Amino acid sequence: MSQVSELGASMPRLEASAKATGVARYTADLAFPNMLHGAVLMSTSAHARIKSYDVSAARALPGVRAVMTGADIPRKRFGLMIADETALAIDKVRYIGEPVAAVAAIDRETALAAAELIQVEYEDLPGVFTPDEAMMPDAAIVHETFAAYPKNFDCIADGNAISIAQVLSGDPDEAWAEADVVVEGVYETQAQYHAYMEPVAAVADVDGLGRVTVWSSTQSVFRTQICIAEALDLPRAKVRSISPYVGGGFGGKSEPGVQIIAALLARETGRAVKVVLSRQEDMMMMRSRHPARIHLKTGARRDGTILVRTGSVVMDGGAYADDSPAAMHMVLHFLRGPYRVPHLRFDGRVLYTNKLRAAAFRGVGNAQATFACESQIDELARKLSLDPIDLRLRNVLQQGDSWLGKHPIGSASIGECLQRVRSESNWDARRAALAEAPTSKSGKRRGLGVSSVVYTCAYLSTSAIVRLLDDGTVTIATGAVDIGQGSDTAIAQMCAAALRLPVDSVNIVQADTDATPFNSGTNASRITYMLGQVIAQATDDIVSQLFPHAAELLECSVEDVELVPGGRVAIKGVKERFVSFADCSRRAHFKAGGPIIGRGSYVFRVEEPDTELTINKGMMSLAAIGTYVFGAQVVETEVDEVTGKVEVVEAWSAHDVGRAVNRQAVEGQIEGGLVQGIGFALMEELVWSDGQLTNPSFMDYKIPCSLDAPENIHAIVIENPEPTHPFGVKGIGEPPVIGIAPAVGNAVEHAVNVRVRQLPITSERVLRCLLDRGS
Amino acid sequence: MTINARTTLTSFVVNGDPQEVSVTGAQTLLNVLREDLHLTGTKCGCNQGICGACTVLCDGMPIRACLALAMVVDGRDILTVEGGKTDPVLSVVQQAFVETGAVQCGFCTSGMIMSATALLMRKPSPDRQEIREELSGNLCRCTGYAKILDAVALAASRLPIQESAT
Repeated sequence: MSQVSELGASMPRLEASAKATGVARYTADLAFPNMLHGAVLMSTSAHARIKSYDVSAARALPGVRAVMTGADIPRKRFGLMIADETALAIDKVRYIGEPVAAVAAIDRETALAAAELIQVEYEDLPGVFTPDEAMMPDAAIVHETFAAYPKNFDCIADGNAISIAQVLSGDPDEAWAEADVVVEGVYETQAQYHAYMEPVAAVADVDGLGRVTVWSSTQSVFRTQICIAEALDLPRAKVRSISPYVGGGFGGKSEPGVQIIAALLARETGRAVKVVLSRQEDMMMMRSRHPARIHLKTGARRDGTILVRTGSVVMDGGAYADDSPAAMHMVLHFLRGPYRVPHLRFDGRVLYTNKLRAAAFRGVGNAQATFACESQIDELARKLSLDPIDLRLRNVLQQGDSWLGKHPIGSASIGECLQRVRSESNWDARRAALAEAPTSKSGKRRGLGVSSVVYTCAYLSTSAIVRLLDDGTVTIATGAVDIGQGSDTAIAQMCAAALRLPVDSVNIVQADTDATPFNSGTNASRITYMLGQVIAQATDDIVSQLFPHAAELLECSVEDVELVPGGRVAIKGVKERFVSFADCSRRAHFKAGGPIIGRGSYVFRVEEPDTELTINKGMMSLAAIGTYVFGAQVVETEVDEVTGKVEVVEAWSAHDVGRAVNRQAVEGQIEGGLVQGIGFALMEELVWSDGQLTNPSFMDYKIPCSLDAPENIHAIVIENPEPTHPFGVKGIGEPPVIGIAPAVGNAVEHAVNVRVRQLPITSERVLRCLLDRGS
Repeated sequence: MTINARTTLTSFVVNGDPQEVSVTGAQTLLNVLREDLHLTGTKCGCNQGICGACTVLCDGMPIRACLALAMVVDGRDILTVEGGKTDPVLSVVQQAFVETGAVQCGFCTSGMIMSATALLMRKPSPDRQEIREELSGNLCRCTGYAKILDAVALAASRLPIQESAT
């Protein structure tokens, strides 16, 4: 492994200037000669059979080039874990907002006008709008043909269930007898909208060879390619998927948006077609975080030692499965928290309802689990009159411990993270001072709350191809999509560090299924960890091919050369006797051996859980997931006892990132995730009335603005190099969002002595609790 | 255009260049900038005047290009994120955004930069709270705003100190 000493510097992102000057092109900015514009007709019924379509008026509108309905597309279903979706509804609609028909016309206005002219005759069916309704014995069934859908895991389900699963470890039934104290509660989390600033968009074109090319706002060019190919019944090779700059995703663009619709229209018309959703359409048609209701019970000894925890979760998956099983399995996986819990049992169920599909959202499943888990830890601390951080430290995982079924956790730095937020926030003195401070004249009280955070960062597979160009610079192709989190820069920095090149000697290839090798997607905080693995392999491969050229040119043996900074290979210990990468690469290109290409391929795999220790029923494989990332978060909140309004005034967020590749970018992830967590904690909620989304606009669905973000955010970067990684890095994309909601709830309780177990912690909810509490 | 086909010739200056465009009554400035003038740096995040991604300056005042009818800017001077070469304040703000890590996905960036530019044109040395308030109409989902506030403060520190225009 070569020197990696250049890592860790804060440097501007490669594309920052292009974005700051308006040059960077996003999907909606693309245009092609003769391009058409698409529009989508959304279902107005939450659950209905489609009796008939009348598209004659739409087709007759001047400027319209194609009108397509579910009757015009292949009856092929796609989906990440359960193939239950079609690009346009076929036979049935299952939520208000579901795409029913699509139009291509010479401009967007005409396309929208034509979509309005399409008549769809529905026969309404009873709908199920909550998991409780979906579980009723006589509930309407959302997917009658569920049993026949292909699935990629050992799915247990019945009725409207998408997945039913259980995790069991130890003997929880016996363990309750030993518990001195028991805390129990029901914790509810809401549907949060991803609110990426760039609405979903796609441009599709056909090339006369039967191939379709799609440029789109996506977190995975390969998932996009796979879904288009499956939906259109085409081989992968006939579908090319490219991502221009992507304006955020947060999980919401992992699976398809409007790419398949754009591809259908392009094939129908033989022309390029652009489909860009309005914000309202995006909110009604795409995805949300899974609402969850978690019943959790924890038993401990009087000294705070946790003995047993059991719980059950019911989640609302919406009308299509997407990655709902994984989201629910992640709840079960993380409900134990980063603690030693010898006996546990968690049962989970995620259900279809006639609403927008729920899907991965930064901290998938874990954010819901952690709200329950970390709220309850504080309730336990209160019951035992222990300091919340002391109680956590008593129970945290230690080096050498494992997760469920001996799942390896790497560096168990949860204790260190808690100690850091304790010292940086001056926790003990501040908490005591706030508790003793009188309520302000305007009725405001402050409190301090904490949460532990644990997540994973390695997942599935990835690959890289590094090419050494004849001038000694390199081009790296990885298939990873930078959705704004900064992975292109991190990739360039790791590649440059491994080859001891300046970062600007590394050229990144835009994610493109024709030009870049497989990467499963930008999700699960996996990119920096996974890409680091293959960059190390590919650059080692480059070096092993480079050295023989250098040795020939330097007239020495291969064992006697080494990399020196600046794209040079020198005789060991004699750095003035060197040849440049350009010298070697020119030799390779024109004299001997041929151009130098390095490759890396990696799949993350650990042992399946040990079934002697843990029994997982109905779960996806956990062997593809791992490398644990620990953190701890503290927030100071101010609660207005008159209005119930809660504000986060200061926050500390400490995360063990293994090693920061780009410190400024790591801080950006921490700050941004934290504020998204504040939105989840205090303000964001999609609300439905009988299947109708009532707030599909930024007017009625508020995300945090600059005044909602804390005045001071302390991003604390802890670096314990990850032993399983060549650069020592871990992923940090999701952890910062995860602990904020429970930390806020804990701080609210510290401030005003009420416990809110339902998110978001709105003024109304706090006020109701305050009124119930009395003064 | 097949619908609302009646057009009016509208003249205005964009980033120093005089422009003459035939616009329909319903056409927004955002649409003209992006579709007619191919200045795609100005983004459409909500098309309802809420998110601020389409903020441009009209005679130095920040406006939502998605809410402004193109006809209404006849005779006005428009500055967009592409105008850094013609406007020294904008260019300082852009550089500060790059250096501080205030740019993540970049989709809010152009609007955010235009709002910050408008603030610094009016008030070259704002304090942090003034920056927070001035930018509260521009939504960002990636950064948590911390580095954006840093960027505006850095830009302010680099601009010559002068009396406020108002």
